[in-house]
Amino acid sequence: MSRDLRGKSAIVGTGHAGFGEAHGLTAYDIMAQAAQAALADAGLKLGDVDGLFCTMMEDSMPALMAAEYLGITPRFIDGTMTGGSSFVNYLTSATLALEAGLCDVALIVYGSNQRTASGKLVTASRPPAYEAPYNPRYPISAYAMAAARHMHVYGTTREQLADVAVAARAWAQHNPEAFERGPLSREDVMGARMVNDPLSVRDCCLVTDGGGAIVMVRAERARDFPKAPVYVLGSAAESSHRQISQMKDFTVTAARESGRRALAAAGVAAADIQVVELYDAFTINTILFLEDLGFCAKGEGGAFVEGGRIAPGGALPVNTNGGGLSCVHPGMYGIFTVIEAARQIRGDAPGIQLKNVDLALAHGNGGVLSSQVTAILGSQATV
Amino acid sequence: MTDTDTAGPDATFRKGLENGEILLPRCDDCGAFHFFPRILCPHCHGSALTWHRASGRGRVHTTTVVRQKPERGGNYNICMVELEEGVRMMSRVEGIAPEDVAIDMPVTAFVGEADGNRIVLCKPGRD
Repeated sequence: MSRDLRGKSAIVGTGHAGFGEAHGLTAYDIMAQAAQAALADAGLKLGDVDGLFCTMMEDSMPALMAAEYLGITPRFIDGTMTGGSSFVNYLTSATLALEAGLCDVALIVYGSNQRTASGKLVTASRPPAYEAPYNPRYPISAYAMAAARHMHVYGTTREQLADVAVAARAWAQHNPEAFERGPLSREDVMGARMVNDPLSVRDCCLVTDGGGAIVMVRAERARDFPKAPVYVLGSAAESSHRQISQMKDFTVTAARESGRRALAAAGVAAADIQVVELYDAFTINTILFLEDLGFCAKGEGGAFVEGGRIAPGGALPVNTNGGGLSCVHPGMYGIFTVIEAARQIRGDAPGIQLKNVDLALAHGNGGVLSSQVTAILGSQATV
Repeated sequence: MTDTDTAGPDATFRKGLENGEILLPRCDDCGAFHFFPRILCPHCHGSALTWHRASGRGRVHTTTVVRQKPERGGNYNICMVELEEGVRMMSRVEGIAPEDVAIDMPVTAFVGEADGNRIVLCKPGRD
């Protein structure tokens, strides 16, 4: 996003639905409930939506399915599918479409019933031809190999990986919306059933139902809505591969580039960010993204998360809703990084509300560390 | 050394496997190998490619043990092997326990079989 787009669009509504188990509902039902919630939050109606930004785990044309279900005929539609990062990516395309006058009310929306439907990741994507014969577990085998490499090169430990899960749980324990709120210790994580070495089941995100939605408008009218607007100050993407075998360096993600450009567009530094929402599909993700986004040096992510430094009361608040590890993870988590960042800025976070948040970072990850998208959000004071 | 086949890169690679050979495409322009096979060089975007037989010498770049109950076949290894030609691919090290596969371990890649398909597998050490 160029500097010209800084603060040109704003989030004026957020909503979610079906967290945990949404028995009897389809993915599209949950999507629609989230859309209703976000529009109610913004004081708008479905009929006001003329820009739709959506993808789902089901179907090859999910954005069309969603528009049809909602009974809308959007004049701008973006169904770009980059995995869980898609919804952070839509902040860029929604900003462009709004700014160009191609739509006036942008709805970003997602829903999934993967927990009650199957209990595991639902995906319409085919296993890559040159990897499928080895029976990798998609996507955990890829993340496990990234974790193994990080441990080998930088001496990162299983204890440090566990600390990421423990911190996420500590945030979740204060969040009534979070799915997992029981106690969790380092020992619990390390002693849990191994799935793909070095990752145990507690190093992995949840499998839940859930949906999320975001309503965006042009900045010029952002103050005409019930909730305080949250401005998109910068957003940027970088894609590095699709299949894990094609990842150049298993210890460095494209978040290094997406983060650098998003921060530059917003005109801020990592040190200015007050709250960080990262797509934590696995514990290694948080460590990789803290490094690549510039919160610590490469290789120091393990030490950075030790001793409760990213937990409540720590030096840097990370994944304040409990993240994909403990709050919600319905197949793709990306939209919830933006929703929690926006709510922290607005002052209506469901769990621990941090004081006076003006600048937040939301980071989406898609595929197998393949697509990285970073967004910087700000309060009225930042524009 | 084999000439580029009119059959297409994927089919050529698979035909190599049927013949017990690991064939890798190399760019005539920049000299770099790549994998997976495709119709252009992902490094310099040249499209003059020649197939070469891989030496089989490689090293484990990273590895994991997929945990599975014994009644479903037990644990197995998945790794990324880096061949000396400079390409990386998913593979499995056979002949040792999956948890004994270690990063940087020298391995030899060979054409093996899984579920009736010919695939690239590895064994520990160098031939």
